[in-house]
Amino acid sequence: MNEIIKPSVEKVIVTENLTKKFGHFTAVDHISFEVKRGEIFGFLGANGAGKTTAMRMLCGLSKPTSGNGTVAGFDILKQSEMVKKNIGYMSQKFSLYDDLKVWENIELFGGIYGMTDSEIKLKTDELMAKLNFENERNSLVKSLPLGFKQKLAFSVSIFHTPKVVFLDEPTGGVDPITRRKFWELIYEAAASGITVFVTTHYMDEAEYCNRVSIMVDGRIEALDSPANLKEQYNARNMDGVFQQLARKAKRIDA
Amino acid sequence: MNIIHNNNIAVSCAGISKHYKKVQALKNVSFEVSKGEIFGIIGPDGAGKTSLFRILTTLILADNGTATVNGFDVVKNYKNIRECVGYMPGKFSLYQDLTVEENLEFFATVFNTSIKENYDLIKDIYVQIEPFKTRRAGKLSGGMKQKLALSCALIHKPAVLFLDEPTTGVDPVSRKEFWGMLKNLKKQGITILVSTPYMDEASLCDRIGLIQNGSFLTIDTPEEIIAGFGQRLWAAHSKNMNKLLTDLRSNADVKSSFAFGDAVHITLNEDYKTEQLRHELEVKGHTGISIRTIKPGIEDCFMELSKSEKY
Repeated sequence: MNEIIKPSVEKVIVTENLTKKFGHFTAVDHISFEVKRGEIFGFLGANGAGKTTAMRMLCGLSKPTSGNGTVAGFDILKQSEMVKKNIGYMSQKFSLYDDLKVWENIELFGGIYGMTDSEIKLKTDELMAKLNFENERNSLVKSLPLGFKQKLAFSVSIFHTPKVVFLDEPTGGVDPITRRKFWELIYEAAASGITVFVTTHYMDEAEYCNRVSIMVDGRIEALDSPANLKEQYNARNMDGVFQQLARKAKRIDA
Repeated sequence: MNIIHNNNIAVSCAGISKHYKKVQALKNVSFEVSKGEIFGIIGPDGAGKTSLFRILTTLILADNGTATVNGFDVVKNYKNIRECVGYMPGKFSLYQDLTVEENLEFFATVFNTSIKENYDLIKDIYVQIEPFKTRRAGKLSGGMKQKLALSCALIHKPAVLFLDEPTTGVDPVSRKEFWGMLKNLKKQGITILVSTPYMDEASLCDRIGLIQNGSFLTIDTPEEIIAGFGQRLWAAHSKNMNKLLTDLRSNADVKSSFAFGDAVHITLNEDYKTEQLRHELEVKGHTGISIRTIKPGIEDCFMELSKSEKY
């Protein structure tokens, strides 16, 4: 068989001893892990454990002090612009434009990611039909109920079919039914081959992930499937696992 | 004129409504909170929690209805209310450019008191941030800001404490700690109204109101709300959880099905047996099936009660 460079990347995220220091403070301390294509990967940790710093490095927004990593096949240190083009990102703060209509937001973000007009048009129609949004196409985003906004923000973050999407506490503050519907969208995205990297403070959501890592004081203290973690820590649920690990934290949250 | 003279009532609301332009934020809300209670207002963003808190702390006016706090009317006696309540807004609202200690001193002075006078009340909380008392508030971490804001809200020894989503975005370990602090404040006789989007915090309150779209779905003790679920709840598992949810959804005898951590919580039509369900799931290729009856939680109750609402 001829050696052909495979365009498909099976390991979508790889990090080796990824470290970030701010002065004498080590925010992220030699973390190494891999995330496979189509996986839903839960990235947990207490406030101040280093999650946001780690995520910023993976998104090409912050340069590591040492160690290295690739995201979507690109080096996060040397090819950070290529990383940005091949990922999606949804922040915990709603980040679509309130004063633009639904379709205008989609067109704007599609355009930023370099999609063609015809591609944007076709996919917008598909998306509106899928989300049952036909009647809201021309509504200003600010007029939508929170649950709609959340779904739209997620759909926009994967509109350019990124290899991986980073979700930073995507379900904070939404009602329990909308929260669950949102996770159904996440499952669907993962099933279509998009890798999902998600942080959350809802421990029941950690159970929906294929694998979960728990950060304590800048290090990855545990990484496995929820079932294995529960067995290993002899806990009834993921909250039990989290409480045991996060209580070990020595770093003063200040 | 109707002045409430019940000494046991800390907060009373009758027919409170509030709208902003086209949005009806609160619809005819009535409830009472007894002195010394921890009363939880639990619901998602946009349910009306903050509007209710702002009316009770005399920051905005209701369109309709009356309310009293500590026996004072929110309109006529607003000045009295401002002296006897503590309010911690959802958004961090202390002075970012003042140090930890300066913020606390400022709030003590505004209320004609001193840190020394009420130090006992805040001691357990404040000692955790005291090592950083010369640091500017804006430079504190989320957890530290929260502790400082709570200290400032308490420094004048309020009769009623309003906490608007104090634990939103806070990790599970720090949330537990925070609720520990509230339990201690309750022991000192302070009435606490606390709002939260986290259903798992319900059991830590004496009574709770589940709120959605501007009105309460129910108000009661967590135990009574759970007892009122009124039907059997089952937890279903199989090897393929994603397919399980889809297959349960397409079964007409399954009344409701929602993912709950590592299980799917379901309710069934009355004459439908779990053995039938198990058989049907086996036919669809599921393995490792388990269906067991469980006690509902507050989140199950919330979803059941809000079912009639549109999504």
